[in-house]
Amino acid sequence: MTGFYTLFYKELLRFWKVSLQTILAPILSSLLYLLIFSHVLANRVQVYDGVTYAVFLIPGLVMMTVLQNSFANSSSSLIQSKITGNLVFILLSPLSYLEIFLAYVSASTLRGLIVGSGVYAVALLFYPLPLQSLLWVILFALLGSALLGVLGVIAGIMSDKFDQLAAFQNFIVLPLTFLSGVFYSIHSLPPIWQFLSHLNPFFYMIDGFRYGFFGTSDISPYISMSVVLCCLIVISGWALWMLKSGYKIRS
Amino acid sequence: MTPAIEIQRLGKCYGALVALDNVDLVIQPGEFFALLGPNGAGKTTLISILAGLTRASHGTASVMGYDVLSDYREARKRLGVVPQELVYDPFFTVRETLVIQSGYFGLKQNDVWIDEILHHLDLTEKAHTNVRTLSGGMKRRLLIAQALVHKPPVIILDEPTAGVDVDLRQSLWQFIQQLNLQGHTIVLTTHYLEEAEALCNRVAVLKQGKIIALDSMHNLVHSTRGYTLEFRLSSEELPSGLQAWPGKQEGCLHSLKIKDSSEIETALSILRKSGIQVLDIKLLQPDLESVFMKLMEADSAGGA
Repeated sequence: MTGFYTLFYKELLRFWKVSLQTILAPILSSLLYLLIFSHVLANRVQVYDGVTYAVFLIPGLVMMTVLQNSFANSSSSLIQSKITGNLVFILLSPLSYLEIFLAYVSASTLRGLIVGSGVYAVALLFYPLPLQSLLWVILFALLGSALLGVLGVIAGIMSDKFDQLAAFQNFIVLPLTFLSGVFYSIHSLPPIWQFLSHLNPFFYMIDGFRYGFFGTSDISPYISMSVVLCCLIVISGWALWMLKSGYKIRS
Repeated sequence: MTPAIEIQRLGKCYGALVALDNVDLVIQPGEFFALLGPNGAGKTTLISILAGLTRASHGTASVMGYDVLSDYREARKRLGVVPQELVYDPFFTVRETLVIQSGYFGLKQNDVWIDEILHHLDLTEKAHTNVRTLSGGMKRRLLIAQALVHKPPVIILDEPTAGVDVDLRQSLWQFIQQLNLQGHTIVLTTHYLEEAEALCNRVAVLKQGKIIALDSMHNLVHSTRGYTLEFRLSSEELPSGLQAWPGKQEGCLHSLKIKDSSEIETALSILRKSGIQVLDIKLLQPDLESVFMKLMEADSAGGA
């Protein structure tokens, strides 16, 4: 346990020491999204009955921040350690692949939750946000941040250079997030786009998370939970296999 | 006694390239062992397999009786590795680095030992300095400190003195010798053959993934029989009595191969009789470097 805890603590310390960049900056950019989108799109986008666009937008933005930061944490930590070579200190240690996996994912989850809570707390100062079920909110925040933390581990292991990681972020994470219904309800989309949205795992995370606040969602939170959980299990299996086999990290 | 390191028929291929070719090697506890060879001979590959950084293609390796693959946790707890590259984590201070490294090995309270290592490696004053700002020599010492946090019985140093200035090299070696005297098994690779010769009691020479020599330092160095007698003479030409002796000449500097010290007297008396003045005289004993060069040449010739 000490080994796992140490790596977890090291990962926390790593982002905490640069919290201006890893916590405050993403909170600020999410709030800018909120400010601009809620101003520009208010009364233009139809969302749930009786819910203003700004209030609808907040849970989406919170979740988007959670997901992006969880991904950023594990992926950037791993690629930096690989490129600077200091991953060797972990590889030389008796840490098991499971401990390494859990430490990176837990730290990523925590960063996602911290940044997400920051956005939520500041948004609450300006907008009255309902909270129907804290349990669903926490559940989806945890599942989503863990899922992206795992994806970050995979991206960090697979990438050899920073631009490969950036490609992962720009061509996979960002489009899937933006097309997941952060900024709109998928019911407002044409059928084909609704169908495509259902293939996007990020949609279920956002939709389920939003359900916790409004008690309404595009689809049942149970379905969303099942989809997210399945995705988490599958990609965790993939990441664990990579760590166990030493893929790209133990030649 | 359980060997400190035991390697059996260890091989590693990268595609068609054979980096290690069926290597067998046993290193006993308490040895100060040198692993020598030219670049690309397989030294780092061998170390990497022991450390778990590289997977062997075939064969087995164990540290203090624990297989490096199937029993990797136990094996790694007993092994400290100083990597060749100057790697560090720029987020942390010297002390944080060592506390974290201790934690990876399951050690929660390690402050007393960390203080001791910092002291021995002359890093106490830098304990709270960010690693990024350390000089190259200090980073090298920190790497050694990191390899020692868990008091491993076996310590492997891959080129520990590369790029380290002379003063520091001396103090590093003193510290490593002290560790050896305390019972730690030391395995090192180095390009400075005189260092290996001064410190190590046994040596393996690797070439193209194979061990081409494995012996005690004494035996290996004395495997080249005889000495070299070097004269600076007043004449470029040797007296006729010495012309048949094996050797070489550069101007007035003559090097003669002799089998034992009795030949010194013979050579001197021939010179005296011929009236040639001896300006300077040196008796060169065989050293590791000459043996090493000979091994490299001999093996190339054999392989051709």
